[in-house]
Amino acid sequence: MNPSELLALLNILLPIALIVLGAVFFFAGTVGLLRFPDVYTRLHALTKADNLGLGLICLGLAWQAEALAIASKLLLVWLLALLASTVSCHLVARYALRSGIMPWRRKP
Amino acid sequence: MMAWAFDALLAAGLLWLGWRTIASPSLFKAVVLFIVLGLLMTLCWARLGAPDVALAEAAIGTGLTGALLLNTYRLLLTDGRPPEDRALEGRPRATVFHLILALLSMGLVGVLGWALLILPEPAVDLGVLVQMRLDESGVSHPVTAVLLNFRGYDTLLEVAVLLLAILGVWSVSETITAPQTPPDLIYDSILISALIRLLVPLATLIAGYLLWAGAHAPGGAFQAGAVLAAVGVLLRLTGRIQPAPVAPAWLRSIVALGLGVFSAVAIGALALGGNLLEYPQGWVEALIVTIESCLTISIALILTLLFSGAPGLQRHWP
Repeated sequence: MNPSELLALLNILLPIALIVLGAVFFFAGTVGLLRFPDVYTRLHALTKADNLGLGLICLGLAWQAEALAIASKLLLVWLLALLASTVSCHLVARYALRSGIMPWRRKP
Repeated sequence: MMAWAFDALLAAGLLWLGWRTIASPSLFKAVVLFIVLGLLMTLCWARLGAPDVALAEAAIGTGLTGALLLNTYRLLLTDGRPPEDRALEGRPRATVFHLILALLSMGLVGVLGWALLILPEPAVDLGVLVQMRLDESGVSHPVTAVLLNFRGYDTLLEVAVLLLAILGVWSVSETITAPQTPPDLIYDSILISALIRLLVPLATLIAGYLLWAGAHAPGGAFQAGAVLAAVGVLLRLTGRIQPAPVAPAWLRSIVALGLGVFSAVAIGALALGGNLLEYPQGWVEALIVTIESCLTISIALILTLLFSGAPGLQRHWP
């Protein structure tokens, strides 16, 4: 296999790997949302999927994009989702804390 | 193969969500499921190659309707207790009568579907007709050409319905005291201010783009108005605008602006010797852009007022 063939192969495999890794983050986030014990830990799982999972998927898709305009739109999608998920996570957590929900502790 | 699997998953998800939305005993769960259903519907329209409908479904059918439903749910809470606790007590159990009703409904759906399948081919292919005469419409996007030119009276009446809705709210809102946002809900967080500073200009820009793009690409007054209304909803939710007991004259005029301008153009064409809504030659494009701009502003304000459930709005900077 010569270097140009290797590069072409990487060009195909790398975006697929990024998207699969992003899907793994979404899967882990969903499992966390269903299995974690309280609202704070669930928020933690959910925002990881939003931030990293969506970021990896957008990066993988942008790699394959035909034009720079499409790639930058995908970047914009990710940035907007970051903004929304950060603020909404903060608001949900703050509301929960003010309503007197104590963060979960492992029973000794 | 992949596309087929995706579509099958989408269709199955749609049916499942629809069923869960109706069957869920918790009202809050039903509202959230309905919003997710709307998101899947948006994907379906996009898959069917109807981006205009997808945009409208996302902005109005899911976004604003979801916000309206959640707002209504909040108003239904009594002492923080969800309304379904009371509603469930008298919930009837499924009986043979319900089963017969369900079977009859399914039969009706089957007959209607069958009737649709055996319909004869239409004598005139409207899609081809629109494409053939697109040059006359003043715009290059066929959906906008149909909505604002070929079948302009449909859009005119839709806007009239929206105006009627807000008139209905105004006529009953004297008996409803619109809830002010409680002091502890006016979030003073620096994150909120940062979010508003970023999102409000961005959403306004997107609304402007959708309005402008309507002439040659998916977009238009309803989508742009809904995005602009989302700005209003955001400002209302964060307490930046508060309900006011009366609607001042300027606010009423903006509410009526869209229908007013549209009707004026429609009747003006009649006065100039044409038919109702027949735009004069050479003015088509300018008139459509003017009508769409006025419609956008009116639609945005009406939807924001509907969300607030109040006669008027006032500024409030915490």
